Amino acid sequence: MTFPTKILMWPQIIRPALIAAVLFMLITGLLYPLLTVLAGQTLFPFQAQGSVITRDGETLGSALIGQNFTQPYYFHSRPSMTQMTDPDDPSSSISHPYNAALSAASNHGPTSKKLLSAVQDRVQDYRKLNGLSANTAVPVDAVTASASGLDPHISLANAYLQAQRVRVNRGMSQEQILAVVKAHSVPRTLGLFGEPRINVLQLNIALDEQFKPVLPTTQLHENNHEE
Amino acid sequence: MLITIAKFAVVLALMTGLAVIMGMYLARVFNLGSHSLAERQTYRLLGIDASTEMSWSHYALALLMSNAVMLLLGYVLLRLQTWLPWNDLNIAAQTPDLAFNTAASFITNTNWQAYSGETSLSNFSQMAVITFLMFVGSTSGIVAAVGFMRGMSRSSAQAIGNFWVDFTRTTYRVMLPLSFVMALVYIWQGIPQTLDSSAVVSTLEGTKQQLIVGAVASLESIKHIGTNGGGFFSMNAAHPFENPTPLTNLLHILSMLLIPAALTYTFGSMLMKRKQGWVFFGTFLVLFIGFLALTYHAEQTGNPLLSALGADQSMNSLQGGGNLEGKELRFGIADTSLFVTTTTGATTGSVNAMHDSLTPLGGLVALAQMMLNCVFGGDGVGLINLIQYAILTVFFVGMMIGRSPEFLGKKIEAKEIKLVMLSVLAHPLCVLGFTALATVWPGTLDSLNNLGPHGFSELLYAYTSGTANNGSAFAGFNANTPFFNTTIGLAMLLGRFFTMLPLLAVAGSLAAKKTLSESAGTVPTATPLFMFLVVFIILVVGGLTFLPALALGPLVEQLLMLSGQTF
Repeated sequence: MTFPTKILMWPQIIRPALIAAVLFMLITGLLYPLLTVLAGQTLFPFQAQGSVITRDGETLGSALIGQNFTQPYYFHSRPSMTQMTDPDDPSSSISHPYNAALSAASNHGPTSKKLLSAVQDRVQDYRKLNGLSANTAVPVDAVTASASGLDPHISLANAYLQAQRVRVNRGMSQEQILAVVKAHSVPRTLGLFGEPRINVLQLNIALDEQFKPVLPTTQLHENNHEE
Repeated sequence: MLITIAKFAVVLALMTGLAVIMGMYLARVFNLGSHSLAERQTYRLLGIDASTEMSWSHYALALLMSNAVMLLLGYVLLRLQTWLPWNDLNIAAQTPDLAFNTAASFITNTNWQAYSGETSLSNFSQMAVITFLMFVGSTSGIVAAVGFMRGMSRSSAQAIGNFWVDFTRTTYRVMLPLSFVMALVYIWQGIPQTLDSSAVVSTLEGTKQQLIVGAVASLESIKHIGTNGGGFFSMNAAHPFENPTPLTNLLHILSMLLIPAALTYTFGSMLMKRKQGWVFFGTFLVLFIGFLALTYHAEQTGNPLLSALGADQSMNSLQGGGNLEGKELRFGIADTSLFVTTTTGATTGSVNAMHDSLTPLGGLVALAQMMLNCVFGGDGVGLINLIQYAILTVFFVGMMIGRSPEFLGKKIEAKEIKLVMLSVLAHPLCVLGFTALATVWPGTLDSLNNLGPHGFSELLYAYTSGTANNGSAFAGFNANTPFFNTTIGLAMLLGRFFTMLPLLAVAGSLAAKKTLSESAGTVPTATPLFMFLVVFIILVVGGLTFLPALALGPLVEQLLMLSGQTF
């Protein structure tokens, strides 16, 4: 073991610093992620590409990413604050729920008037849409925006309150709808981690497969046809 | 409730077990005499002699210079983004002030992001700039801690090790293999890893949805193992592609705590003072549990203003309840609280919920942990920060009972205390000084997303996060302006190097001293009593410094929320 008392700037500090920057960029910034791509694509090709679900050769969405649902015969996802560029005015943004190209949240603090008025509106809309009385307490996940704006899940409480509406709009029996909801509720991991929840997209896909809506809107069919 | 307590207990037990295993492994890596083939090739390329040891100033200079070059390389690559490959979405290069902010942010292990990943970085930049700087930034922190620990363990010595050897070894033997294995687990759980940039799907209701994908898993693993925290996506680890399941959430948490916790064991092992390592671990743990309990309680209790509007925040068999604004349902309150406490404690800065929408007390915990900056702390620097407080404690206790302060057999003298105080003072000066400047800066109000005390909290949070090298944000705050990019960039550099360099100097100074054997007059430092003394000193010093600022932000907001005042 040697120990020089004088530091030689070029050979001992600057040259190794320059080489180290490039070398470690190549190893950790290119070699490592590319190797991981190779391994990931080989071992788990479905997940590595974003867990995209296909039905009859068409891609329906990612099993992990929520979608915006507005039709009465679908279960609805949580409120989403994602936006998109206004096509009429590129300098501003407009609301575009579940825009997976740019995740976003409200970032409103607990005393924000904007937050409170949004929640108030959502509570009233939720009660009206689902035929609930004016004093029904609405599950908090149904009236608060998620962190990613892409939350794929809702709570069981939220699903059960929406079940009646979906049941009527699909002509299902009470037993049928409860069975489907139950089949799609996910428990805590190992009984400990996460929250019991329901993946809205997967639930709605299952409903579409088994119970056709009573009153399909023409617009929906046209859109599907185009794609 | 029972499930929550069981969950917290399991996480802490897993963390402790992993800390021991990892701590032993790290001690072996840092003490090993031989070099692998890849390491010898690397030394040859760098043109360095692995058997030459460095003084603390040489070691610090090598760290500083390599970080400077890496920052510059990152900056250049960001500015050249449009000419580089894997930019399918034709994303423009970052502006000069933003690129400086980004490069400074990632090399200092801060990972503050004044940009949105989806719209500002190509797949190439996410790998060759972000992932690269995540590796070298966190490794630099660990290497500083290694030099520091070696200095403390030596007697009458001039040298504290070879920076290049420690850096290479940590990268090859610790960071790369761990990140690779973890990335594979993440892909299995659903985190994408591809060279594609996006996929377009048609939703059930017939609209198009563009999914952004990329080399996410390889970034995600080093992001947490390296206590980095910068997200691939704008919404970070709240995004389902960064954190798809409760299991990935758990792994993120354990990864963040892994090295900061393990280094306490490594410390005990390298100094042959195992009990001392456990005392440091205990200090971290006591603070962590206290803060975790406060966050969980505040978030589960929820926001009374929402209940008044008809939102049901109660916990029952069908829902977890709590303040869910800005949170993801799959994690709920308990797993989110764990993440919040971990990411601000271990100064990672990754978020699985929007901190801006936390309850006032939940936000206070996040702020307070970054202000103390030693509840586990970032890779390497957490331990350095804690030892700085331990030295301060020895000094205070020595003064109170009239004994000459000694720490681990070394006399603590004016020189060490001056250096420690430089570091202890630089941190609040940077946080509070910049916050004060920003409050009077014209145009600051335009950057705020919230009014009232919460708006002030957004500012305070930005500089606290930058200085503590955390990187999380009250993210409604728009920091992408030349003023904020520059000042927060400076705060990150000052916060990083005004802690690391003075403490490396302390290590150098202590290495040169003779190790004394314990006498009857020595205050024992490997006891539970000393542990609580350190906790006490941390809280007193932190409290005296930051309480006034906290009172203006989250504390007053809590009172206003309870009284129904809105903004």
